[in-house]
Amino acid sequence: MKFPPFQYHAPATSAEAIALLGADPEAKLLAGGQSLLPLLALRLAYPTALVDLAGVEGLCDIDTDGRAVRIGAMETLTDVGRSDIVGEKVPLVSAAIAHVAHEPIRNRGTFGGNLAHADPASELPAVMVALDAQLVLQGPAGERRVGAGEFWRGPFTTALGADEILTCAEVPVWQGGWSFHEAARRSGDFALALVAAGIESANGSCSAARLCLHGVAGAPVRARTAEEALVGGAIDETLAEEVAELATAELIPTGDVHCTSDGRRKIARTLVRRAVLEAGGSVQ
Amino acid sequence: MSGVTVELTVNGQRFERLVKPRLTLADLLRDELRLTGTKLGCEQGVCGACTVLVDGAAVRSCLMLAPQAGGRSITTVESLGAGGELNPLQAAFARNHALQCGFCTAGFLMSATALLEREAVPTRDQVRETLSGNLCRCTGYQTIIDAVIEAAQAG
Repeated sequence: MKFPPFQYHAPATSAEAIALLGADPEAKLLAGGQSLLPLLALRLAYPTALVDLAGVEGLCDIDTDGRAVRIGAMETLTDVGRSDIVGEKVPLVSAAIAHVAHEPIRNRGTFGGNLAHADPASELPAVMVALDAQLVLQGPAGERRVGAGEFWRGPFTTALGADEILTCAEVPVWQGGWSFHEAARRSGDFALALVAAGIESANGSCSAARLCLHGVAGAPVRARTAEEALVGGAIDETLAEEVAELATAELIPTGDVHCTSDGRRKIARTLVRRAVLEAGGSVQ
Repeated sequence: MSGVTVELTVNGQRFERLVKPRLTLADLLRDELRLTGTKLGCEQGVCGACTVLVDGAAVRSCLMLAPQAGGRSITTVESLGAGGELNPLQAAFARNHALQCGFCTAGFLMSATALLEREAVPTRDQVRETLSGNLCRCTGYQTIIDAVIEAAQAG
């Protein structure tokens, strides 16, 4: 269907955008529009106004201080995926972006918009949680930082206030082994389950592990018990199997027309096993 | 709901229009500018029939507001070929039976055009990956891939 009517604003500064949000609780931020506009097309949302962030200064940039990569919220997914800095310092991000929808969606969809939309089967939140990223928010009271572990709270629900903007993510550099696995019915579909894994090894055994699943609960699931089981171990089939069981045994994913609850859980289990083996073997 | 003035370039020609904010780029092209080569299949971004190029990049014109296209350079299927002649990609589609009803074709042509700009001789897998965002109900896709590969190899 055609979109319902709305007021359109194109502010030049984040302060202006925040003021517009504060003045109208039914206003929505417009970034790439690749998740928001389909909601309008399906008449699932009727925002009174759209606040277009395209003209706001300071939301586009990708840089690094060597310890973390700062990715501006209004960078397109395509640009983040092609960034040399991202590919070199946090390759797990580039790997995840390749699985997001299709190219035309990635050409308009933004990094920040994807994170803020918080689809329960999207790729990037899992990577942000696995890498302990910091999300930088700006609101009427100024700037605040929220750890990825606290940012995603449930389906389409984040720590972002109604009058706040996500300005960028600061992603700690990860130079250890890594792996990203997703299962979807068709290329570009939302995942039935997905796994982001990182394994650092020293002298043949795991010294640090990161494991995050998504698509299996409303918010990304950081599998800390499984991570602890990995540290100190040598990565082999047996350990990978054990960790896969630890990471998924307690999950009760949603069951729907695409897949049963148990199906999602079993898929997640297989993906964890594969991701652990790959991350353990692909040490740089 | 007040109007927004949008200035944009389409197929090399500059236009200025006063539009309602909720008008999509697709509807601007089709209804305001009468460039009806771009088709509407789903109007929610999943079928690819509405794909155009915005500053050279493939974009779903149904998921872009006309105001967001201000200052941009849009390329539609009407820009392919000239004077009634098919361009090499279009000719390859015709030769390989890469269309039947033709409804998805404009979207495929624009997606393929963007691919061939970036990757002069793509592999079959690359073509498949890039075009996976365009749906076709008639052909079964293989002839479309054949056409793109053939057009790429012909240079």
